[in-house]
Amino acid sequence: MAGQGTTVATAPVETARRAHVGNGKARALIGPGLCTFLIFAVLVALGALIFPSSYFYRVGTLVWINTLAVTGIVVLLGYVGLVSLGHAGFFAIGAYATAIGPNYGIPSPLAMAGGVALAGLLALVVGRPILRLSGYYLAIATLGLGMLIWMVLSKEAWLTGGPDGMTVSGMNARNLFKLVGLKLKSAEAWYWVAGFVAAIGAAIAVNLANSPSGRALRAIHDSDVAARSLGIDVARAKSRAFVISAIYAAVAGALLALANGYITPETGGFMHSVEMVTMAVLGGAASVFGALVGALILTALPQLLTVFADYEHMVLGAIMVVTMIAMRRGLVPFIADLWNRRKS
Amino acid sequence: MSELLQFLISGITVGAIYAAIALGFTLIYNASGVVNFAQGEFVVIGGMTAAALIGAGVPVWIAAPLAVIAGMLVGVLLYRLAIRPAGQAPLVSLIIITIGASIFLRGAMQAVFDKQIHRYDGFSGDAPLRVGGATILPQSLWIIGGSVAVFAFLAWFLNRTRAGRGIRATASNRMAAALVGINTGRAMNLSFALSAAIGALAGVLATPVTFTSYDVGVLMALKGFSATMLGGVGSPLGALAGGLLIGLIEALTAGYISSDYKDASAFIVILLVLFLRPQGLFGARIMERV
Repeated sequence: MAGQGTTVATAPVETARRAHVGNGKARALIGPGLCTFLIFAVLVALGALIFPSSYFYRVGTLVWINTLAVTGIVVLLGYVGLVSLGHAGFFAIGAYATAIGPNYGIPSPLAMAGGVALAGLLALVVGRPILRLSGYYLAIATLGLGMLIWMVLSKEAWLTGGPDGMTVSGMNARNLFKLVGLKLKSAEAWYWVAGFVAAIGAAIAVNLANSPSGRALRAIHDSDVAARSLGIDVARAKSRAFVISAIYAAVAGALLALANGYITPETGGFMHSVEMVTMAVLGGAASVFGALVGALILTALPQLLTVFADYEHMVLGAIMVVTMIAMRRGLVPFIADLWNRRKS
Repeated sequence: MSELLQFLISGITVGAIYAAIALGFTLIYNASGVVNFAQGEFVVIGGMTAAALIGAGVPVWIAAPLAVIAGMLVGVLLYRLAIRPAGQAPLVSLIIITIGASIFLRGAMQAVFDKQIHRYDGFSGDAPLRVGGATILPQSLWIIGGSVAVFAFLAWFLNRTRAGRGIRATASNRMAAALVGINTGRAMNLSFALSAAIGALAGVLATPVTFTSYDVGVLMALKGFSATMLGGVGSPLGALAGGLLIGLIEALTAGYISSDYKDASAFIVILLVLFLRPQGLFGARIMERV
């Protein structure tokens, strides 16, 4: 099992990195992480330049929040080659902690941090024993974990408001900008905050990929056994990646709760987990730019096509199957390859 | 006492359904090594098709086989359109493909049928029979009988028939099987068809008791997984025992702890099995080919 991916797997990571972080002098000069951050920052600003109304800002905010969550999937799926079908659960833990905290006198930032820590801890406790085993066990266990979290959120109405969801009070990003004398509409303020956090998240993920632990993860992606024989503690490295990706999801969830001001248990539902994986798979799970492209397409599509809602399941399912068969590495590396071939 | 008996009866009833799902799941896994996340959708296809046909006035003894055939066709299509084209894809790609297929089927079911919850009358009526101090629905007997029949059929088919032995040979070494003249492509088709038929049959039998709707597939798959893992992945006897145990645990949880969290018990079992005994009750020790 583990051996099959050997020749296939490093190639996409390498190509994606070379093609998108750039192979040039800029990258050598400022480092891949900062380079990624700057590219993201430019894209965030570009969005702000062309958006005509608050509605666009709200959709844009959603794109950045999803990009952040999907970046976590990239770390897990793209770097290590593990599938989680319960990431919406971690997302919801971040979101609900941020929503519930202020009701008990805990200030929003503290509640956020608590939710993120809780998600990371849960991933650690659940992930450790499962990740000793390989293959599909994580997918099955996270499928169950996600459902359990969703169940708790729907049934414990005294805490979470039940299936109807709950309003989120507390922070507004406008006030952050007021401190420095900028007057922004609420939707605009959240857009900038979400874009900024997504850019930082992407930079961290890119730096991780180029660090010794990141290289260990990619070695595991190629072959568990080969990595182990090189002295890599495979279970530990996998568990670390799982915790990191859970943290990404929880931060994204907390941001969504604050930006939306309202959350429902569906943020933790199975379909949301599937959506995240589909975004990563569509864009290309090997790079953060794949996360961005996947998140952009699958967030914007339902806004553009109103019929999308009726066929959402079929479209998502078809995207997963077709991408995996026709362009296994996703859209970004696929197009990059076409581009490179034309040039040479 | 009669209360406990009642819980045991309902536990064995749902357990038999999970056992059937787990058996279908084991069949595909044994033949191809694919962990089919779309297994629960076959159950829904069976139930929804039968409900639609019976609703349209088709007698149940025609509707039930038609629903099983519908499931079987979808199983073959799943293999031909999604699994086979992927070729020698890494495990993670196959997982994503079967998840994608499962979501696609869920959407298709919503488009072809509707979003309502469906049921139809039990095959032998809905008047409960008295057993000791408890009652049992005649349909429960159909379900339990169906699962036992499926198990017996598989045991006979895989051990005693040429086609069944072909599937086992393909599973143990595809190339060697092809070299001794076994049509491995046919064996794969057959295992997907059979597995889907078993799932659809479970749906047809279960719907009068458990109801069905387009979105229950993933929960069914999860229960089937936990049954499989509890019994030991790849072991048909394990699938049967695991299914019944999961059903019992679930019924007792619902009865004595909280009916809100009865679905959680399947997940807790998965975690405990992974923590304590990853090979399950009847499974061989997990070995990996490198």
